[in-house]
Amino acid sequence: MELASAQVIGAGLAAIGVGAAAAGVGYVFGSFLQGALRNPSAAGGQTATMYIGFAAAELLGLMAFAVAMIILYAR
Amino acid sequence: MAAAAKIDPMHQFAIAPIAGEELVASPFMFTNSALWMLIVTAAIVVFMWGGTRRQLVPGRWQAAVEVVTGFVGNITRQNIGPEGRAFLPWVFTAFMFILFSNWIGALPLAIVGPHPFTVTSQFTVTGVLSLTSFAIVLAVGFWKHGLHFFSLFVPHGTPFILKILIAPIEFISFLVRPFSLGLRPFVAMFAGHILLEVFGNFVVQGLNAGIDGSPLGWAIAVLCFMFVIGVNALELLVGAIQAFVFALLTALYIKDAVHLH
Repeated sequence: MELASAQVIGAGLAAIGVGAAAAGVGYVFGSFLQGALRNPSAAGGQTATMYIGFAAAELLGLMAFAVAMIILYAR
Repeated sequence: MAAAAKIDPMHQFAIAPIAGEELVASPFMFTNSALWMLIVTAAIVVFMWGGTRRQLVPGRWQAAVEVVTGFVGNITRQNIGPEGRAFLPWVFTAFMFILFSNWIGALPLAIVGPHPFTVTSQFTVTGVLSLTSFAIVLAVGFWKHGLHFFSLFVPHGTPFILKILIAPIEFISFLVRPFSLGLRPFVAMFAGHILLEVFGNFVVQGLNAGIDGSPLGWAIAVLCFMFVIGVNALELLVGAIQAFVFALLTALYIKDAVHLH
């Protein structure tokens, strides 16, 4: 297999991680919404915690993207 | 038929001197990145100056500035506590710089002429911002607690056997912080602009195909154009969230250094 085609396949495989991060981010916001609808008065104080969770989940997807870019453009 | 140009989504991130000469490693090169950093700084200065006339009854502009300062002030107060006021200048600076470069970089100015350059789409810029946050954390931690700062890596009330396990893990996670903090705004902008570029190219290619007599080309161009508008709106949201997350995490890390768990 040539290097260029192997790179494209590898970058595509690495991009799967972005989809996994999408599930993670959706889970963070979804769980927050579930809790917030049960106790709306407590929701306001927890938005910062939610965004920390969002940042942690999102970071892994961004890393998958960075890995895909590194593989795609590595020479 | 017009030859479909190869899509080159990386070209927009190329750093080139304004005058058009060759890029060399020299501190005296005035590049497009430097130009747009100046524009971002000027925009922030104008925004802040226009809103700090200290009227008793704030006008619209002053109200906008008060919302932003109050927002960032809340981040530091809620996370660090009363001592957080001392760190407000840095958190506010980083927040405003990331927010304004994200939003100015997303402006569709290219319709009238200059291509805006997203300053935060370079890891060097966001990396330096996050290293500054990290340096503040280290300086404050060692200045306030001395060598006791290392107890940050050992949570309270852990059994001794777990301590041996947890301390290295905490240490590594502490060392990864500046990397992850800088990577986040950089990759978010980078990925968003690649997406915009690719779909913008689809619009052009679809129009070309439509002009050449393919009705499907028009449909694709219209669909992609609507998609680009949506992604642009999302890009504004992401730019604000990334600035907020950077400020929030900086405040959290400073809280660790001030209060040691």
